[in-house]
Amino acid sequence: MATVGAPSAAPPAVSQSASRAFLAILGRDLFVTGRELPAFLAQVVVQPFFLVFVFGRLLADLGFAAPGYADLLLPGVIALTVVLTALQGTALPLVIEFSFTKEIEDRLLAPLPVAMVAVEKMVFAAMRALVAGAVMFPVGWLVLGHVSLRTDRLYLLVLFGVLGALAGAGMGLTLGTLVQPNRINIIFTLVLTPLLFTGCSQYPWPSLDRVPWFKILTLANPLTYVSEGLRSAMVPQVHHMPTAVAAGLLAVSVVVFALTGMRGFMRRAID
Amino acid sequence: MTAGEVTGRAVPARPSPEEGQDGLLVVDQLVKRYPKRPTNAVDGLSFTVRRGELFGLLGPNGAGKTTTIGVLTTRVRPTGGRALVDGVDVVRDPVQAKRRLAVVPQRANLDRSLSARQNLLFHAAYFGMPAAERERRADELLAELGLADRGADKVDRLSGGQSQRLMIARALIHEPQVLFLDEPTTGLDPQARLFVWDRLRDLRARGVTMVLTTHDMDEAAELADRVGIMDHGRLLALDTPAALTASVPGSSTLEAGVHLGADGDGARSALVTALGDLPGVERCERVEAGPGGAGADGEHTTLRLYASADTASLVVPVAQTLAAHGAALADVRLGRPTLEDVFIGLTGRALR
Repeated sequence: MATVGAPSAAPPAVSQSASRAFLAILGRDLFVTGRELPAFLAQVVVQPFFLVFVFGRLLADLGFAAPGYADLLLPGVIALTVVLTALQGTALPLVIEFSFTKEIEDRLLAPLPVAMVAVEKMVFAAMRALVAGAVMFPVGWLVLGHVSLRTDRLYLLVLFGVLGALAGAGMGLTLGTLVQPNRINIIFTLVLTPLLFTGCSQYPWPSLDRVPWFKILTLANPLTYVSEGLRSAMVPQVHHMPTAVAAGLLAVSVVVFALTGMRGFMRRAID
Repeated sequence: MTAGEVTGRAVPARPSPEEGQDGLLVVDQLVKRYPKRPTNAVDGLSFTVRRGELFGLLGPNGAGKTTTIGVLTTRVRPTGGRALVDGVDVVRDPVQAKRRLAVVPQRANLDRSLSARQNLLFHAAYFGMPAAERERRADELLAELGLADRGADKVDRLSGGQSQRLMIARALIHEPQVLFLDEPTTGLDPQARLFVWDRLRDLRARGVTMVLTTHDMDEAAELADRVGIMDHGRLLALDTPAALTASVPGSSTLEAGVHLGADGDGARSALVTALGDLPGVERCERVEAGPGGAGADGEHTTLRLYASADTASLVVPVAQTLAAHGAALADVRLGRPTLEDVFIGLTGRALR
């Protein structure tokens, strides 16, 4: 204080500078995505739209699918949209930014712990995924003519949506930092397609009793818990996995993938 | 010129190297060994950079310069030793260290989703700068770095030199204590390179502390107050460019084209001996004539003097000695030692 002419402002505490930097980086991502929101939405909604249209509407209209099928399909497709949008939201940008554009360096040098940069990536990817999931409700309503929603179970919708988005973001972070950049195309194909079909989004988990090996296999895919959780929220009358079990296992998936993803991120960020 | 003496370009804003022995940047016994590598990339490096100084790290590719910058900027975890930026340990407190430093990397890493000006604004926001100040600083820096009319452009439309300058502007916007520049002009065309040099000189005149790595001896000699010469992760020498080049024995040269008055080998060797005995001259030799060259063509010959100090002051005594021997000076070429010679002297091989 005694020094004449010294800058009067003391340097802010680390936590304060870190939270400001975190919000500024999140703000940057929101700004960039906000500018291309229509393109972003079109991109994430096109695949689920066709899934709902063909399997939920067309096959039912043609008599190949049972009349109630669309009701149990829509929660599964929303789950799929949320998880895969979050996964792609972290995996692809990380591969590009770490290996090619090096854009991430500017954020790694911002005054916040490097792990917080990874957390920001996950939070932002989860936010995008939740927007994509939300858009699926009007899309489902337009295609199917109705959407089954239970106001008394909205909290489950939010809980499984948020956990599913975080699990997907963690999976993407893990994938994006562990895979060799030149292999990302192969890995994406090899990982995304099985994820798409083993996550109980097109069939309820209890109905797999007749195919026990596949029933066990689906438990390895966090999408299964999101699909079952959203069914529990939207169509509880359909036989589904116990809600508490799905929530618990999904929470475990979030922790496991977030931690492996952050470890991978730190490995890439600091030599 | 004695070792440690500094040429008279210091401005009052900058403390002279003799002041402020507690450096702004302290590197102490720094070691970095990458996994599965037989040798250390950085091998016991120690140096101190003073406030307001432009410090150059000169060395060939692979000398460990970029790894050193990586450690000092919290991107590489050292195997041993420590580094302090303004008293903050970069390993123990990377967040506070990052507040105090800025980096202009070797490769462009600008945010391609943003315009040039937005790159500056968002970077400033990461550092918690208030919005009005961000805008003001961004416009100031764009103007200062000759980018005032490119602010709205996407960064992939900028030339190499413009990207480099934008990265310098970005590094400066949060007002760092020390600016690290990793090979800032590698890959730029000569004109862009000179422009970047001018900007770095401006910053130095304003008292910005900078650490610059380069494998270009001209860049180090032109810009740096002091140069550390690096090879194999170690510092081989550290001093002002003038002192470093002065330390190379006998590599200041004076080449004299001479019209001999009397012919014959006797007169010539007497002249060589007389010139070699001049004060300040280490030795004198006749330059061998190449095929078809004019070195020993009849009564004309070329003599080369090696001196320990400034060769310009030798021109008059040389002319007088020649006159005393009945010979005349036809032309003179002065050769000054470069940092390249220093590097060769230290390692026995060329920089590149």
